[in-house]
Amino acid sequence: MSAVLTRDIVKKFGEAPAVNGISLTVPDGEFMVLLGPSGCGKTTYLRIICGLEKQTSGDLLIGGDIVNDIPPRARGVAMMFQSYGLYPHFTVRNNIAFPLRTQGVPRDEIEKKVQWASQLLGINHLLDRRPRQLSGGERQRVALARALVREPTALLLDEPLSNLDAKLRTSARQEIKNFQQRVGLTTIYVTHDQVEAMGMGDRIAVIDHGQIRQVGTPIEIYNDPADLFVATFVGSPPMNIVTHNGGGYLGFRPENFLPKEMMNGGGFTEFSFRVDRSEYLGSERIVYGVTDGFESKQPITAKLPPAHVAEQNIRPGEWHPFGVKNSALREFDKDGKRANRH
Amino acid sequence: MVAIADSVPKPASRFRFIFDRRDVLGSLMVAPAILYVLLLVGVPFLMAVYYSVSAYTIYDPSWSFVGLSNFEDIIEDPSFRQTLYNTFIFTFGSQTLGLILGKFGALLLLRPFPGRKLVRALIILPWVVPVALATVAWQWMFDSLYSVINWTMIALGFITRDEAPNWLGTPELAMLSVIVVNAWRFFPFAIVIFLAGITAIPQDILDAATVDGAGFWRRNYQIILPMILPIMAVGLIFGIVFTFTDLSIVFLMTQGGPIGATSVLGFAGFQTGIVSGDVSHGAAISVFMLPVLLIVVVAMLRFIRRREI
Repeated sequence: MSAVLTRDIVKKFGEAPAVNGISLTVPDGEFMVLLGPSGCGKTTYLRIICGLEKQTSGDLLIGGDIVNDIPPRARGVAMMFQSYGLYPHFTVRNNIAFPLRTQGVPRDEIEKKVQWASQLLGINHLLDRRPRQLSGGERQRVALARALVREPTALLLDEPLSNLDAKLRTSARQEIKNFQQRVGLTTIYVTHDQVEAMGMGDRIAVIDHGQIRQVGTPIEIYNDPADLFVATFVGSPPMNIVTHNGGGYLGFRPENFLPKEMMNGGGFTEFSFRVDRSEYLGSERIVYGVTDGFESKQPITAKLPPAHVAEQNIRPGEWHPFGVKNSALREFDKDGKRANRH
Repeated sequence: MVAIADSVPKPASRFRFIFDRRDVLGSLMVAPAILYVLLLVGVPFLMAVYYSVSAYTIYDPSWSFVGLSNFEDIIEDPSFRQTLYNTFIFTFGSQTLGLILGKFGALLLLRPFPGRKLVRALIILPWVVPVALATVAWQWMFDSLYSVINWTMIALGFITRDEAPNWLGTPELAMLSVIVVNAWRFFPFAIVIFLAGITAIPQDILDAATVDGAGFWRRNYQIILPMILPIMAVGLIFGIVFTFTDLSIVFLMTQGGPIGATSVLGFAGFQTGIVSGDVSHGAAISVFMLPVLLIVVVAMLRFIRRREI
């Protein structure tokens, strides 16, 4: 287990940079999530760390050593792929044993480790099956066991849950996280799913166009987005952004945008809100509309607790007084960067 | 709506929907193929089998049944045993060489380089050039006097003019020559098979193997090769069947010579049955291929089924 550190990594395919100067430190044992839209360079960055791609420039350090020119097999990192990449002609046992065999580990040692890894993931009853005889969740565990069996310096996961159905994804998310905490493995997890990122990451690095927009804990990312991209990429529905002070922007989360009478105490800013449409989702109600005097490219949304909102306060087609606590307002300058960051 | 005239209901024909019936239409569609196989494969095959147990020659076209005596005759003939042995050497030699060339060719053609598409198109040439033309060209290359191979080796100083091998005049070298020519014909097909197999392997699996610590050789022999083995075996079945029954290269290059060193079953059957007119013995030689090929093909198909992943 080692820290992973990158310094100004650039990767160009032809002229276009896929990764455009990423510097990131992942301390030993941390669960770091790389979050970004598809095509933002996060997978390329991960492939550079494990050595499947060579960076155009920049340094990569694993455990304090520069490994720029060290081939993948000597880096000691393990990677789990989106489609798992299990070897279809091997049994589960041989799949898990493969990384050990490439290292020339003695036979009885391999057997011991395979037992250990399969026990850890609860797949010891599957050892003699082939990958095609397994369900999606079982395949995912086998892939994880294969990644862990040689006790890697770092574990890289490339959207490992995207092939599972929604229900399985929730439990698998929990499992991976628990497991990572138990083993204390430095983990870099790539995803475009903000729920996975928020729920699993010790820290999140939000990436767009090959550059890091913000690195921080889930709370920091959500409450103190560094720029408009992070503000609108994280959160569902995303942060409301309105133009403000001629050129600047004002942002507020939908759940902080409430009818005026729910503003109990403290300074708040009042908006006149015309409700166009509302969706009742059981635990919440999403209301869409426009605000008077503020321009926005997207409809303004409010996320309201259904039990506490009077029907007359959100009647469609009418203007209602709404408010946002001043502490929940976020200001951005005209370049989209945070203005009043504290 | 106003009806201008009552439409007269047509009496429903029993055959109105006849082509909507799967069994009728299906049988109709498959009939030409079945007829084709029966007439052009089944009948000649049965005739060959009958000739092989009859005393039929072109001088005495009798259909009299002689049992297995033709087979006894040819098995006792040492030149037939030589031919059978040659056929195995010819088949497995050229298949092995073709597969090796095919594997290397496929690996080379997988990597992008300028002009790859052109090379991929040209590489098919040996396979599509008429075998008669190609063989004549090879014959010149192996010629005892004008061999460009010998000329090159002499020019490079590997051998002197006195040591220049007589490719088609020495038994071992003649066999090597026909094997090389057949492998040359077969390897584009092998390349296509390998390319199809290798490109069908998901990139994630190859990447996983790389990250798991496998270098080039291990990736090739523990991941790629086992995964393409089934499709390779299918290609090999084709190669073996076509080579085992082939007579064209031997016929054009060596006429089975020198002293029967390159005679193969197809050629011997043709010589005995057609050229010499001893149809029954020629048929017996040809029919002899059947059990051999049957065993090989069944064994390989079983292997493929077991390997299926």
